[in-house]
Amino acid sequence: MVKKISEVAFRDTPEQAARFEKVIAENKHDKSRLMAVMQEAQDIYGYLPSEIQIRIAEGMDVPAEKVYGVATFYAQFALSPKGKYAISVCLGTACYVKGSQQVLDKICETLGIEPGSCTADAKFSLDACRCVGACGLAPVMMINDEVYGRLSPDDVEGILAKYE
Amino acid sequence: MAEAINNEAARHTSLEATSFYKAQCRVALRNCGVIDPESIDEYIAMDGYAALGKALTEMTPEQVIQEVIDSGLRGRGGGGFPTGKKWSFTAANKADQKYVVCNADEGDPGAFMDRSVLEGDPHCIIEAMELCGYATGATEGYVYVRAEYPIAVKRLTKAIEDAKAYGLLGKDIFGTGFNFDLHIRLGAGAFVCGEETALMTSIEGNRGEPRPRPPYPAVKGLFAKPTTENNVETFANVPQIILRGASFFNSMGTERSKGTKVFALGGKINNTGLVEVPMGTTLRQIVEDVGGGVPNGKKFKAAQTGGPSGGCIPASMIDIEIDYDNLVSQGAMMGSGGLIVMDEDTCMVDIAKFFLNFTVDESCGKCTPCRVGTRRLYEILEKITSGNGTLEDLDRMEELCKYIKDNSLCGLGQTAPNPVLSTYTRFKDEYIAHVVEKRCPAGVCKALMRITIDPDKCRGCTACARVCPVGAISGTVKQPHEIDQTKCIKCGACMEKCRFGAISKK
Repeated sequence: MVKKISEVAFRDTPEQAARFEKVIAENKHDKSRLMAVMQEAQDIYGYLPSEIQIRIAEGMDVPAEKVYGVATFYAQFALSPKGKYAISVCLGTACYVKGSQQVLDKICETLGIEPGSCTADAKFSLDACRCVGACGLAPVMMINDEVYGRLSPDDVEGILAKYE
Repeated sequence: MAEAINNEAARHTSLEATSFYKAQCRVALRNCGVIDPESIDEYIAMDGYAALGKALTEMTPEQVIQEVIDSGLRGRGGGGFPTGKKWSFTAANKADQKYVVCNADEGDPGAFMDRSVLEGDPHCIIEAMELCGYATGATEGYVYVRAEYPIAVKRLTKAIEDAKAYGLLGKDIFGTGFNFDLHIRLGAGAFVCGEETALMTSIEGNRGEPRPRPPYPAVKGLFAKPTTENNVETFANVPQIILRGASFFNSMGTERSKGTKVFALGGKINNTGLVEVPMGTTLRQIVEDVGGGVPNGKKFKAAQTGGPSGGCIPASMIDIEIDYDNLVSQGAMMGSGGLIVMDEDTCMVDIAKFFLNFTVDESCGKCTPCRVGTRRLYEILEKITSGNGTLEDLDRMEELCKYIKDNSLCGLGQTAPNPVLSTYTRFKDEYIAHVVEKRCPAGVCKALMRITIDPDKCRGCTACARVCPVGAISGTVKQPHEIDQTKCIKCGACMEKCRFGAISKK
């Protein structure tokens, strides 16, 4: 899986920086907590820009190359920012059998973007994801933390309209 | 009057009497949906931590292991390795520190039993891990939960805090001098981390790549110390085995697969959800009785078990008794218990391609047979479903499958070709139809699909021609229209628009 590296310049607020430093201070005694630190950093910034990866490496006293290695290995770590509304369509088996590919196609068509990318106004980002464990509701998609189940392609426009 | 009473009785039928529950027998899921998962008191009221008390005060570690061996419990994560034996291997190794690991990185698409146990009964996992720790001599445990399960993480975190506050976890448990501490680690969306050695590598804070075995985890596992790793559902059975004895558990099931198994029933079936049935229940019972059959009057075609590592059981084998060995002998596997039902509208080549796409994405890239082999295999399937496949491709596909199985480093690669091999063995005619006749019998593969207008039914209303996004439909008003197959993108918009049912795909 190739990850897109953001070309957007990185900026952080003093609040973000303070939270980030606190996370490093709490975890730097234990190198095995690297992933946990990266997860918290992503919580703070929404993604892992290279500036932050380098600061994690320095803080945890591990090579920057290792941080980058972990960031690119796991699907959850994002190297580019997400849209305001992050859509993920489940392509797990149960959802796929019940037509989630068509739902995903319809969203791509409606927003004019491909999975793994973000609309130009940074409003919606779209991803296809692995089973979210809600197979009883198949096919399923999530927009931020909101779950939409038993979807058909016809539902797409109405749901997206709610986020206008 | 009698009739009135009968009606009354019919209306008050208990849940257990409904066909969905009748065949079920809940051991691993016994508390799920019954108790408040955030209340340790409710768990204790259901005999919670009684098994731990019994083990610590009345049993030696050897007796605990013997009880688990006698119960016949096998690993519920997929492989089916005898759990008691696994524990005895770790117990036999001397070390200053040993670990217990709970694998809650439930990644098989279509399986969600571990999520349900963690969210519905988190204390039973804590209790079971402590029992394992006592039996094997470990004093520390890790639960590796996938990050997609935030509620499971929240409830487990609270359960650990509560258990510590009650003195049921931590130092000197039940005043016996037994210490056990538990940590939670979150996954980050890598399927391969469900493989035991990859999972341990990930807990250590690395890229979750598998390690060659030997040395096995029982000798050199987490942080290079002897480690016992079991799946959530496996652990969920343990407290009941210790509390009620091995005979309670081994009285259920088949000769070589004891107890119950939770299946995540999904796909083209009326009742979806988790079902827990004794081992040896037939597929027919699960699909027809518990699952309520296939919706919309469609025909049952196959059930897929074991996710991307498993295979398909065709309709002709519907009376198979489901246990570890029967499934393997049919080219499928138990896996973690995803059971996806497919009807006649499912293309088996497309399904195989779907699973391969998954493994191509999730292959960690450490070993070549899996990294390159699965991609080449996917390309062959892509060629077949796009109508460019040849009979030689089918031979090469089979050969490649065997090569990947034999040469991959870990379970992911070794089982990745199973969905292809199993559909190819069971539904060879569908592969042949794609290759020779350039036809997809289920009408799924777009490249092979043809949308046509029946000239006898077409009234020439032009609705289809107006809706077609690529202008592939031509014809004059009140005359039958025609679709130019070279332009058609098979979007189906015309079919939806036609009021006379004149347009069909095949």
